[in-house]
Amino acid sequence: MARLTVPKTYKLYIGGKFPRTESGRSIAVENLKGETMAHICHGSRKDFRDAVEAADKAFPLWSGITGYLRGQILYRMAEMLESRREEFAGAIQVTQDVTIAMARNEVDASVDRLVRFAGWTDKYQQVIGCANPVSGSYYNFTVPQPQGVVVAIAPNTPSLLGLVTCIGAPLCSGNTVIAIGSDDHPMATAIFGEVCQTSDVPAGAINLITGSRHELIEHIASHRQVAGVYAANVSKKHRTAIEEGVADSVKRVRCVTIDDDAWHDNARVASPWEIEPFVEMKTIWHPSSC
Amino acid sequence: MAMDTTQETPSDWDYSPAPEKTKVLIETKNKLFIDGKFVSPKSRSWFATINPATEEKLADIACAGKADVNAAVLAAKKALPKWSKCGGAVRAKYLYRIARRIQERSRELAILETMDGGKPIKESRDIDLPLVAQHFFYYAGWADKLEYAFPGRAITPVGVCAQIIPWNFPLLMAAWKLAPALACGNTCILKPAETTPLTALRLAEIIEEVGLPEGVVNIVTGAGDTGRLLADHKAVNKVAFTGSTEVGKLLMRSTAGTGKKLTLELGGKSANIIFADAAIDQAVEGIVSGIYFNQGHVCCAGSRLFVEESILDEVVQKLKHRLRSLRVGDPLDKNTDLGAINSQAQLDIVQRYVRIAVDEGAQLHEVHQERLPTKGYWCHPCFFTDVQPSHTIAREEIFGPVLSVMTFRTPQEAISRANNSPYGLAAGVWTDKGSKIFEIAKELDAGIVWCNTYNKFDAASPFGGFKESGFGREGGLQGLRPYVQLKNKSGGQL
Amino acid sequence: MRKPVDTVMVEQRATSFTRRSIKTASKEQGLRLALSMIDLTTLEGKDSPEKVRSLCAKAILPWEGDIKPLLPSVAAICVYPSLVRIAKRALEGSTVAIASVATGFPSGQYPLDVRIEDVTEAVKAGADEIDMVINRGAFLSGSFDEVANEIICFREACGKAHLKIILETGELETLENVRAASELAIRAAALAGPIQDGEVFIKTSTGKISPAATMPVTLVMLDVIAEYFEETGIRIGMKPAGGIRTAKQALHYLVMVKETLGNAWLHKSLFRFGASSLTNDVLRQLVRQQTGQYTASYDFSEA
Repeated sequence: MARLTVPKTYKLYIGGKFPRTESGRSIAVENLKGETMAHICHGSRKDFRDAVEAADKAFPLWSGITGYLRGQILYRMAEMLESRREEFAGAIQVTQDVTIAMARNEVDASVDRLVRFAGWTDKYQQVIGCANPVSGSYYNFTVPQPQGVVVAIAPNTPSLLGLVTCIGAPLCSGNTVIAIGSDDHPMATAIFGEVCQTSDVPAGAINLITGSRHELIEHIASHRQVAGVYAANVSKKHRTAIEEGVADSVKRVRCVTIDDDAWHDNARVASPWEIEPFVEMKTIWHPSSC
Repeated sequence: MAMDTTQETPSDWDYSPAPEKTKVLIETKNKLFIDGKFVSPKSRSWFATINPATEEKLADIACAGKADVNAAVLAAKKALPKWSKCGGAVRAKYLYRIARRIQERSRELAILETMDGGKPIKESRDIDLPLVAQHFFYYAGWADKLEYAFPGRAITPVGVCAQIIPWNFPLLMAAWKLAPALACGNTCILKPAETTPLTALRLAEIIEEVGLPEGVVNIVTGAGDTGRLLADHKAVNKVAFTGSTEVGKLLMRSTAGTGKKLTLELGGKSANIIFADAAIDQAVEGIVSGIYFNQGHVCCAGSRLFVEESILDEVVQKLKHRLRSLRVGDPLDKNTDLGAINSQAQLDIVQRYVRIAVDEGAQLHEVHQERLPTKGYWCHPCFFTDVQPSHTIAREEIFGPVLSVMTFRTPQEAISRANNSPYGLAAGVWTDKGSKIFEIAKELDAGIVWCNTYNKFDAASPFGGFKESGFGREGGLQGLRPYVQLKNKSGGQL
Repeated sequence: MRKPVDTVMVEQRATSFTRRSIKTASKEQGLRLALSMIDLTTLEGKDSPEKVRSLCAKAILPWEGDIKPLLPSVAAICVYPSLVRIAKRALEGSTVAIASVATGFPSGQYPLDVRIEDVTEAVKAGADEIDMVINRGAFLSGSFDEVANEIICFREACGKAHLKIILETGELETLENVRAASELAIRAAALAGPIQDGEVFIKTSTGKISPAATMPVTLVMLDVIAEYFEETGIRIGMKPAGGIRTAKQALHYLVMVKETLGNAWLHKSLFRFGASSLTNDVLRQLVRQQTGQYTASYDFSEA
C-alpha cells in the first residue's frame, strides 16, 4: 500500500509567527487539472489589522539596525530561497501553466532580485541623499529616512518575482512591510514566510497575507497607521479606491504597471528610484562657526 | 561555621593568561598565486616570514622575480576581457561569495593575521576581520549599480591593476584594494607587504574556493623589488599603493608619462584636537584609540595631540591613568591591548624617534610593564609633553605607540597648527559645541575628520588624504572612481 | 558647571570591558570577590520576618556544600526599615552588614521630615548602612540646591551609618544627568561632614524600574569617583543595583572597576552589587570551576 502523506497546512505569516486566519476561512487551491492541491488562508481585515500592529512594533528595530545588517539579512533570504529552488518552482507550477524551466527561471530571478536589493541597503543614501550648498554659514544635509509600515500589493503574476520585488524596495530602507500576495497564484506567497523566518528577519518586519485583495483594499487605504502603499498592476478600480482612501491620512502611494518582461529588468524595478518613494527626505541644518 | 576571611584586604586580582587556543595550519613553503594556481617562483627565490612576537619563523614565502611578475600581469590581462564583460550582477555574486567565506573563516584569518603581523587577536578578530568582510559585501552591492554612481556616463574598467599594500592591516588593505577593483570589472595583481604575506595567500585559497575565474586576482609575494617590477610593468593600466610617502613619490616619478592611473594612500601625522568644552573622559578614550590602536601602526593615527591649554593638566593626568590599564604582551592573548611591533626595523625606527625626542627636550611619560616577553619586538606605549611644533617628533611620522602632546589657546591657533604639516590624512576634533565641529572640520586640511570619535572605519565611508598623504579615496561611492573609466555616451574620454 | 558626556564613546568603552577574557584562576578569584561584594536584597511589599530570616541565613552561608577554600559571606543584606530589627538578630555574630533602604524608598515622594524620620528609625533599629534615594523631581526640574540640602540632612541623620545615595539613573535618562547627579551627590555628602573612605557610596538604582544598572551608567559614575579621588584623596564607593543577574556580568563590572579605579576599589568596603539572583549564578560558576560539572538550578537554595 502506498505511504499515506502528511499534507501541509498553509498559514499566514504575521509578527514572525504562522497564525491561522482569524476568520476561519480558507481557499482551495486547484491545479491546472482542477484537483485541489492545498488550502490557503483567506486573510481578513482583522488579519490585516494584526499585521499592521506587528509591522509597527517591528519598525524601531528594523529601521534602527544598520543598512549593512539589513543587507546581510536580505542576502540570507536569497541564500534560503536558492536552497529551496525546486520547491518554489513547483509551487509556481501548481496554478500556472509554465514549464519547469520557466518556473525555475522565475525563482532564479527572484533570488537575484533579493541579492540586488541586499546591495542597495547601504548605498541608496549616497545616491538619493546629499549635502546641500546653501548660501550661508551652515552645514546642510538631506538624509533619507524610512516611513514606517508599508503595504505592498504584489501583482498576480509573476507571483514570486513580483512579491520579492514589491517587498524588497520598501524593506531596503528600513520600512516594515505587509505584502498582499497574488490572488490567482498564491502558493509562492504561502511558503515565502518560511524563507523570511529562517533568515533572521526580525519578527514583524515582513508579514504576508494570502486570500483576496478585493476585501482588503479599503482597509489598506484607510488604516491610519500605514504610512505607504506600493501597488503593482492593480485594476483601475482598485487604484482609484486606494488613491481616494489614503487621502484621509495623506499616505504615500506608488502605483505601477509593469509587464511580465519588465519585472526582470533591474533598471526598471530595482533602482534607487523604487526605494525613494518609501523614504522621507530629512534636511538638517547646523551653523558652522567658532 | 568558619568563614573565608581572605577578602579583608583589597584585592590583587588580575587576569590569568587567556590564549587563543585554535591552531592554524601554515604551509612550510608558500607559493605565488598566478592564473588561478599556486605556482613555485621562477626566480627560485624564497624568504622567511616570522612571528614578531616570538621571532620564530612561520614559513617560507616565494619571492617573485621579473618572470613571475610578468606571468601574473599577463594572466590578469588575459582574464580582463571576459571578466569585464560578464556583467555586474555576476561580479557581485563572486564578491558576495568571497565575503561569506571570509566570515566563515574569520577565526582562522584573524589568528593568522596576529601571528604574522603582531597585532592583538582582539583587534584582528573584532576590528580587522569584520571590516574585511564588510568591504567585500559593500562593493559586491555596487558591481551592478555603477550607472547610479556615475549617472549619464559610459562606464568601463581601467583594466589591469597593480595593487601594493602595507603590513599594518594586511588583509584589510587587500580587501580595500581588491573589492572595488573587481566590482568595477578590473583584474588585479596584489603585492602584499614583505613581512605580512600570509593572510593574502589565505585569501587566495578563498578566491580559488569560490570559483573566481583564473587570472582575475593574482598574488605575487616579495619585497620592494617585486613591487617595483609590478608597478613598472608595461601592461599594467593602474597602480594603487598604500605605504610610505617616500615610496609614493617614487611611484609618481616612475609612472610619469606612462599613462598609468595612480592612487596613493601614504603617511600621516594626524592632529587630534581637544577643546576645553569636550567630554573629556571620552576624549581621553579617543586619544588612546587614536594612537595606541594597532601599536600606532596606523597611517591616520592621531599622533599629534593638541590640547586647549586650560585643560592640559587634567588631560595629561587622565591620559597617564588610562595608560595604566593598557596591556602589552602576547598578541594571541585575548586580553592584550598592544601587540608586538611588526619588525626589528620598525622597532629601531620608533626607538630612534624616542631618543631624538628626549634629546630635543621633550618630557617622556611611560608606564612600565614588568611582564614583556624576552623574545620579540616590543615597545611601551608612551607620550611626550613639552613638545614644540618644531621638534622632530612633532613633524615626522613615527608609526609607533608614541604620542606628542602640544597645546593651543584659540580655535584659529589649533587649526593653523594642525594644518602646519605636509601631511593631511586625518584629524580629530573634540568639543561639545556643534557649530565649532562643523567650522573646524571645514578648515582642517585632512581627508577624514573624526568629530568626538577616532579611528572609525566603514566600507561605506571614503578614506584618503590631502597633500602628501596621497590622493584618491577608498570606501564609499567615491572609492569606485579610481577603478572606472568614464566616457560620455558618444564615446569621448573624460 | 555641567560637563558634557559623549554617549557613543561611553558605550564603546563599556563594551570593551566585556571583551576581557577572565579564565581559570582569575575567574575563580573574581567570582569569590563578587560573592563577597553582594548586598543580598529583598524589597517587596510582601516581605515578612521569616522571609528576612531565610535571606540572612543565605547571606551568612550562601552554600552549604563542600568547597575549598570556604566561601565568603556576602557583604550585606538590604531590606526595608521595618525589618531591620529582625535582620539584626538573625545576623548576630556574622560579618554581614545590615543595609536599610530609607527616605521613602523607592519613589522618595514624601514630605522631607517623614523621609528624615525614616532614616533615623532605621539607624536606631540597627542599620549599618542607609540606601537613600535622591529627589529626582527636584533634580529634573533644576532645583539642585534642594536635592543637595536633602542629602546633607540625610547624611546627618545617618550618624555613624554609611550612606549610599541612589541616583535612580533610569529616570535621569541621559549620561550627562548621571554625571551631574553623581557630582552633586558626592559634594553634598561632603558638606555634611568629612568623608572617610567607604562611608559614602553612589548607587545607580532602586531596582524597581527599568533600566536599572548598566555598564555605561556605572562607567560615568566611576569616572566621577576617579576625579573626586584625584582632587581630594577620598575614596567614594560604588554600587550598581538591579539587572545584574549573571556571574558573567558581575565579572564585567569587576573588570570595569579595576581598569578605571584600580584594585584598591576591589573590596566590599568600596564596591557592592545590589542583587539577589546573582548569588546563585556566581555559586553555580564557582562549583563548576571546582568540579568541572554544570549544576542544576535546584542545587542551590532560594534566598
